[in-house]
Amino acid sequence: MTALDFRPAPGAAPLPRMVAAQAGAEIRAILRNGEQLLLTMIIPVLLLVGFAKAPLLNVPGARVDFVAPGVLALAVMSTAFTGQAIATGFERRYGVLKRLGATPLSRPGLLLAKTVAVLAVEALQVAVLSVVALVLGWVPHGNPVWALLLLLLGTAAFSGLGLLMAGTLRAEATLAGANLVYLVLLGLGGVVFPLSVYPEAFRPVLEALPIGALTTGLRAVLAEGSGFPLGPACVLAIWAAVALGLASRTFRWE
Amino acid sequence: MISPAVEISGLVKRYGRTTAVDGLSLRCARGEVTAILGPNGAGKTSTIEVCEGFRRADGGRVQVLGLDPGDPALRPRIGVMPQSGGVPQAIRAGEWLRLVGRFHAHPLPAAALLARLGLAEHARTPYRRLSGGQQQRLSLAAAVIGRPELVFLDEPTAGLDPQARHACWDLVGELRGAGVSVVLTTHYMDEAERLADHVVIIDHGRVVAEGAPATLTGAERQLRFRARPQLNLDELLAALPPGSAAKESPAGHYIIEGLVDPSLLATVTAWCAAEGVTTEDLSIERRTLEDVFLELTGRELR
Repeated sequence: MTALDFRPAPGAAPLPRMVAAQAGAEIRAILRNGEQLLLTMIIPVLLLVGFAKAPLLNVPGARVDFVAPGVLALAVMSTAFTGQAIATGFERRYGVLKRLGATPLSRPGLLLAKTVAVLAVEALQVAVLSVVALVLGWVPHGNPVWALLLLLLGTAAFSGLGLLMAGTLRAEATLAGANLVYLVLLGLGGVVFPLSVYPEAFRPVLEALPIGALTTGLRAVLAEGSGFPLGPACVLAIWAAVALGLASRTFRWE
Repeated sequence: MISPAVEISGLVKRYGRTTAVDGLSLRCARGEVTAILGPNGAGKTSTIEVCEGFRRADGGRVQVLGLDPGDPALRPRIGVMPQSGGVPQAIRAGEWLRLVGRFHAHPLPAAALLARLGLAEHARTPYRRLSGGQQQRLSLAAAVIGRPELVFLDEPTAGLDPQARHACWDLVGELRGAGVSVVLTTHYMDEAERLADHVVIIDHGRVVAEGAPATLTGAERQLRFRARPQLNLDELLAALPPGSAAKESPAGHYIIEGLVDPSLLATVTAWCAAEGVTTEDLSIERRTLEDVFLELTGRELR
């Protein structure tokens, strides 16, 4: 049997090492979870292929050019909001957040690790969806930096909403609620159906939703080649500020 | 001067209207094993969770290694084993241990620690598929991997089979030998008697007794024997020196307390002969920690 040296030698690892370790564990957890993979990868890819191929939509230009920005927005919502809310809700319920609080990893360090994990999974989603869309004949327009900026703002807004939910509701309620919101926003947010299919009176409301703002903004850049879409970006920034602010005040760690 | 591992004075912890900890004071010395004993609901876990920084005290003063329990500088120096849970359900045993190790500057090798606790072949098993005892051992491993100065173990052997209990006891002994301070809670008297340098018995959120196990059980000895139930003890009591006590508890089990010496033994056996009683299992014993515990905390179920 190996002799273990239990003599005290306490010390925290450097913050980057702790964050990298925690982010790695979170990424593995996301990629191993079948249900999460369904929401983050399989559904977006199926919607992309289905709506780009089948003549279900009446949109100007190539169908894939319309659908691709929508599923990119959906991908961000699935990871930053649905996946993160459910995972964090159950971590709270099983005392994982509490237990991590007794390690040298600080709470800001933990949140940083979660953000790194979400961004890494999103990068993978964007890569896969972009390749599939390009194979389907997608011709992206506009400045990719603007698109990237919108994706980041969307990530901040959806993360705030996800953490707000996970930090206040029971884990089961978060599970049900986060899936329901995913489905409702998938339908209402201009992901595959243009917002113009809804009555004129509703449109300002739908455009004020984070998913509506993200799809509208991404489509403006990637489909129409416009400059930075200030309106949708402001909507996302406000959602991000309000949701993250509320989450940081109300979050219960156990 | 080096500060004690834990120093608590007048700790109060309330949950709504319930007062779980009610002015508790105790001190755990460095390099010692301190066992906190108490019935369910006595306030053991609340006390330990305030020390770990998980809960805020409603009153009193708590210092851990000379620091406030919420001080981030404390995190690398302590190891924590919660009563249950605290591990993601899907993570593999080995991954969890390596993850916690990577938060520390000089962690123990995870593989050797897993092997030490009999978990080597479960390194790739997800946490939720481990048995209760395996989950406990993984949690214990995670508490010590960072080579802490002080370890808090909340009911470390609850639900363990005898082999795993002994493995846990050996580990605690080894920690103590390496100079680690250990604070643990337990229901098991034999565990406290075997492991602890210092035992603190708490009830209703207060300390009711403390000391080394041998001090708590005292030098007092008892004469015990078994015989047929409902013997009349009055004559025996009359023959015993003043200050002695004789009782039957439970039926057919007799306990004589007092100065147990050869003459007392002779008095008792003479009385038995006169009564025509054949005793079984006649023995002279020290009180156990369990006797002390039940005396202090009563026998009613909580």
